Amino acid sequence: MRLDILNSGYGRGTKLLFALIRLFSGHPVPDAAKLVFYRPDFYGARAKEFTHEAMRGPSDWSVGDRELMAAYVSTVNESAFCVGAHTATASRAYQDRPRVAAVLADLDSAPIEETLKVTLRMLAKLTRDGQLSADDMRDVLAAGVSPQQIEDALAVCAAFNTTGRLADAFGFEILSPEGFEAGAKYLLKRGYR
Amino acid sequence: MPEDKKRAVHRALVDRILTGEGRTSAQQRAQAFGNDGLSGPLNTLIGKVAARPTEVTEADFAAAKASGVSEDQLFELVVCAAVGQSARLYEAGLAALAEATAAGAAG
Repeated sequence: MRLDILNSGYGRGTKLLFALIRLFSGHPVPDAAKLVFYRPDFYGARAKEFTHEAMRGPSDWSVGDRELMAAYVSTVNESAFCVGAHTATASRAYQDRPRVAAVLADLDSAPIEETLKVTLRMLAKLTRDGQLSADDMRDVLAAGVSPQQIEDALAVCAAFNTTGRLADAFGFEILSPEGFEAGAKYLLKRGYR
Repeated sequence: MPEDKKRAVHRALVDRILTGEGRTSAQQRAQAFGNDGLSGPLNTLIGKVAARPTEVTEADFAAAKASGVSEDQLFELVVCAAVGQSARLYEAGLAALAEATAAGAAG
C-alpha cells in the first residue's frame, strides 16, 4: 500500500494474527483486512461494524443482492479491488456466476428481478452524479421497492463508496482469482466484523 | 421512520473520525471530510480521494509527505475524505427518499 504504516505499522499481536491467517488460508491477508487493523479505534472498528450491519444485518435484500450492489457500485467507481472481491462474493452467495456477470456487463439486459434492477440503477446514478431527485426515488418505489429496502441499499452504497475510495487511494494490491475466492468464502462465513 | 441501526452505526463512525482523538486537528479532518479548505499537495490528494480516487498516485502521497504531513496524518485525512464523500451520497439518497415518501403520504 502507498503508506508504509499500512504495510508494516502493526503491533506484535496483529502481525502474529496476519501470519496465522496466511498459514491457515494459504493466502496473504488482503489489504482491505489489513487496513481495518491499523489504529482500529480511529477507523477500522466502527467501519467494520457499519459494513457488517449494511451487508449482513437484517434486510429484505438477500446477502447475494447486497454483495451484487457492492460489486455494481464498485464497477461504477472502477474500483478494481472491490469489483474483484464483491463479484466473487456475490457469485458465491447466489451460487450463480452468470447472473452476476450479466449485471456487471449490461444491467438493462440482465435477467434479474425488476426491483433489484431499478435499485442498482438508482445506486449507480447516485454514485456517479452525487445526487438524486425525489422523482428518481418515486420510480424505484413505483417498481415495488419498499422505503426500507431503499434505505438498506443506500447503506451498502455508502459502505462501498468508502471502501472503494480507500482501496484506490491507498493502492490495495489486486488479488489472484484464488485469493478473491478465498476472501469471498471468508466474507460469507464470517461477515465483515 | 425512526433512525435505523445502519444509520446510527454510520453516525458513530463519522463522529469518531471528526471529533475523536487524532494526529490531525479536528479542523483539518473536517476540511478533508468536506473536501473544502485544504491547500497545496494535500488539497490535490484529498480532492482526488473524494472525486476521482482511481487517479491517486504515489506522487500525490510523496508530495503531501514532502509538504510536512506525516503518514499517520495522511491516513486520517484520506479516511476522512473517503467517509466524507460517501456520507454526502448517503445523505443525498436519504433526503430524496424522504421527499418522495413525504409527498406520497401527502398525496
